[in-house]
Amino acid sequence: MPTYTLNLNGTSTTVEVSEDTPLLWVLRDHLNLVGTKYGCGIAQCGSCTVHLEGNAVRSCSLTMGQVEGKNITTIEGLSEDGSHPVQEAWKEVDVPQCGYCQSGQMMTAAAFLKTNAAPTDDEIKNAMHGNICRCAAYTRIHQAVAVAAKKMV
Amino acid sequence: MSSSIRFNRRAFIRTSTLASGGLLIGFNFFTACKDSVKPPIDISKLNFNDFNAFIKIADNGMVTLFSPNPEIGQGVKTSMPMLIAEELDVAWENVFVQQGLLDTDNFKNQFAGGSNSIRLAWEPFRQTGATARQMLINAAAAKWGVDASECTTNEGIITNAKGETLGYGDVVKEAALLEVPDNVALKDVADFKIIGTDARNVDIDKIITGKPLFGLDFKVEGMVFASVLRPPAFGQKLDSFDADETKAIVGVIDVIQFDDKIAVIAKDTWTAMKAKKLLKAVWKADTNLESTEDHDKLLVDLLDGNSFKTLRKDGDVDKAFAVADTVLERTYESPFLPHNCMEPMNFFAHVTAEKIHLVGPIQTPEGTAKGIAAKLERPFEEVKLEMTRMGGGFGRRLYGDFAMEAAQIANLSKLPVKVVFSREDDMTDGIYRPAIKYRIKAAIKEGQITGYQLKEAAINSNMYGLIPNFFPAGAIENYQVDVANYSSNITTGAWRAPYTNFLAFAEQSFFDELAETLEVDKVQLRLDLLEKVKGSTDERIQYSPERMQAVIKKAASEADWGKKEANTYQGFAAYYCHNTHVAEVADVQIENGMPVIKKVTCVVDCGIVVNPLGAMNQIEGGIIDGIGHAMYGDFSFTDGKPNAQNFDRYRLIRMKEIPKIEVHLMKSDAAPTGLGEPTLPPAGAALANAFKAATGKRLTNQPFSKFPELLKVIPQEIIG
Repeated sequence: MPTYTLNLNGTSTTVEVSEDTPLLWVLRDHLNLVGTKYGCGIAQCGSCTVHLEGNAVRSCSLTMGQVEGKNITTIEGLSEDGSHPVQEAWKEVDVPQCGYCQSGQMMTAAAFLKTNAAPTDDEIKNAMHGNICRCAAYTRIHQAVAVAAKKMV
Repeated sequence: MSSSIRFNRRAFIRTSTLASGGLLIGFNFFTACKDSVKPPIDISKLNFNDFNAFIKIADNGMVTLFSPNPEIGQGVKTSMPMLIAEELDVAWENVFVQQGLLDTDNFKNQFAGGSNSIRLAWEPFRQTGATARQMLINAAAAKWGVDASECTTNEGIITNAKGETLGYGDVVKEAALLEVPDNVALKDVADFKIIGTDARNVDIDKIITGKPLFGLDFKVEGMVFASVLRPPAFGQKLDSFDADETKAIVGVIDVIQFDDKIAVIAKDTWTAMKAKKLLKAVWKADTNLESTEDHDKLLVDLLDGNSFKTLRKDGDVDKAFAVADTVLERTYESPFLPHNCMEPMNFFAHVTAEKIHLVGPIQTPEGTAKGIAAKLERPFEEVKLEMTRMGGGFGRRLYGDFAMEAAQIANLSKLPVKVVFSREDDMTDGIYRPAIKYRIKAAIKEGQITGYQLKEAAINSNMYGLIPNFFPAGAIENYQVDVANYSSNITTGAWRAPYTNFLAFAEQSFFDELAETLEVDKVQLRLDLLEKVKGSTDERIQYSPERMQAVIKKAASEADWGKKEANTYQGFAAYYCHNTHVAEVADVQIENGMPVIKKVTCVVDCGIVVNPLGAMNQIEGGIIDGIGHAMYGDFSFTDGKPNAQNFDRYRLIRMKEIPKIEVHLMKSDAAPTGLGEPTLPPAGAALANAFKAATGKRLTNQPFSKFPELLKVIPQEIIG
């Protein structure tokens, strides 16, 4: 089986997996980083969102060949101690119900806020539209993105 | 007023043999201990691992509370321990919460369903905390040589009349050896310090940092993964299969057939899922291969037919219809719905000669463990089941089919194995909300509603319990509820607010139309009907007309019902279920010729709110869930096969589609009632009623998105 090296959460990481294994399952099953969640496997729900070179991407639909040598950040690497403004905002607002989709929501929000430091309500809605929350904690997700934006200024 | 309940001393068990020292106090929910347990217990025979109780107090005063019930996102892992902490009188910051294991010796009612957890725990959990506090006081009083009645507590510190203090941790060892007091008084509601305050989700730090919490995150050394191929259509069974290509995949460990299923066991999830797709299975029809078109016809035939069972009958509806001035009749139709928990079904099992070890997300741990023991012909005592946090439940995890599969595969393979459903497995091997049609008929005589008949035609099973006694039972003289069902091979079951999730839509849409027919205000019509229920001696009626009127009036007032704002159209709905009264007003605006939901004002009377921060999340989520499924939820079958398999063809509500939500909680000293479900049922009706106000068109079938012609606005001059 081929080996792949990527810069994962700031650390050069090498893994040996079959070439069709999606990044999601490499993270979860091979590297024990289970914060990134499986939701649909077809890039529809956003639970598996990670950062590829700082952009929010769906790890269920990226093969290792596509991320070889790239910088990948997962929820475990968003901060060392949960102190990223998005994480702090999620805690302050007490966003989660079941909590399963929230790492994907936070990764989407963190990437978005780098591109838009002072988003309007509609811009937040557009940015977060790709992430499903089955518990429908959308009101708080929206609120937390706005709180995080203020923290990042 | 101080409340106390008769409390059996034998309901307590205690031990101080913790590795860390300290008191472990247990309370056997609702029943005394088994006869074989005689207090004082031989504490040397107990240990922390196999005796799982509610309260652990360490020498340093830190408190661990065990939350026995499954956490599906409804927040009980936070709110249930708050009940104990309140009466124990400890600072919430000093409390750790741990998920309890399945433990039928010491816990009762370890399930999540019917919005019951807090309602059933309200008295016994507080009593547990109060009794432990009294034992700690008694120990301190004995140490000081003073009377216990002169001692007070505050956040884990006991103080005597001289002002001397001892921490709970200082007296915990002595307390563990004392008699368990009977009948300890509970706090007055006015003295609550924790109940009624905002507490964050106890797992928040783990959630925001991506720590393992869920069933899908669980791992043990040597664990393998199974992906299961099941019959693609309901009504099919396995004829034969060829696994050669599957077995050729590197990483595949074994392929096992059981029942009509084939499990591919591999060293990782992806390999198992990928290799499963290479199985070549031949299926054969066993029973009917049913389609939604067939169901639609069968259910309409049932509504038109005579095979009903009557669940409630007051007066004589036929006579009321015969002499009516006007009869209004409408039929309402709903599809099947999958639960679509974000965490797909999964479970871990390891079956050895000594035990059956099960780990995973399950709403019914006891029933599941017992079912597995019976299936594997092993004593129940050999089953050890650990609940994980759940990525949603919504009723799907009441059914232990996935845990049973894991146990069967583990039993055959003897490997520690986790069964993982793909999203496609999860959506197509569901236990769905059944498709249901309602027909409601009302008689109007001299401006009054004199008769009301509700007919239900459902797939597989009908409404149960107290539902036929919900509103408008008791408010209309001639009243009848009739049900009929068609037995399908498509598996159905509970889905958030079973039956009421669509019944509320039908009924509250119908009352909107009745008000239009009677030319009376829609809110006033409901208030007038409720007035007639006041003073009723009918014990079957559980809803309170007073509390229902109160939420209706407050919702109308807070939403400025009847307001004349440009381009704002309102819809009203009120509903009682899960012992909770809810009223909702939807505000709709027209954008680009289509009605768009902008705001929902919601008033809830669920008694005392234990954790307002968590409660608001449940309420907002319930409303959005109700709107989302009313708008988009559609699940149909062709020849036994679901037409949607994943989120590309099944639409769930998303961020841009949500309204602003304004919630008002009624102030109450009454015991808490359900909250995980009751805000969902009225939401679809409030929305449809607002759409009617905006477009002049009435929606009777869900999902609304299937009827685009009804979501177009008639020009204003025609509405008038």
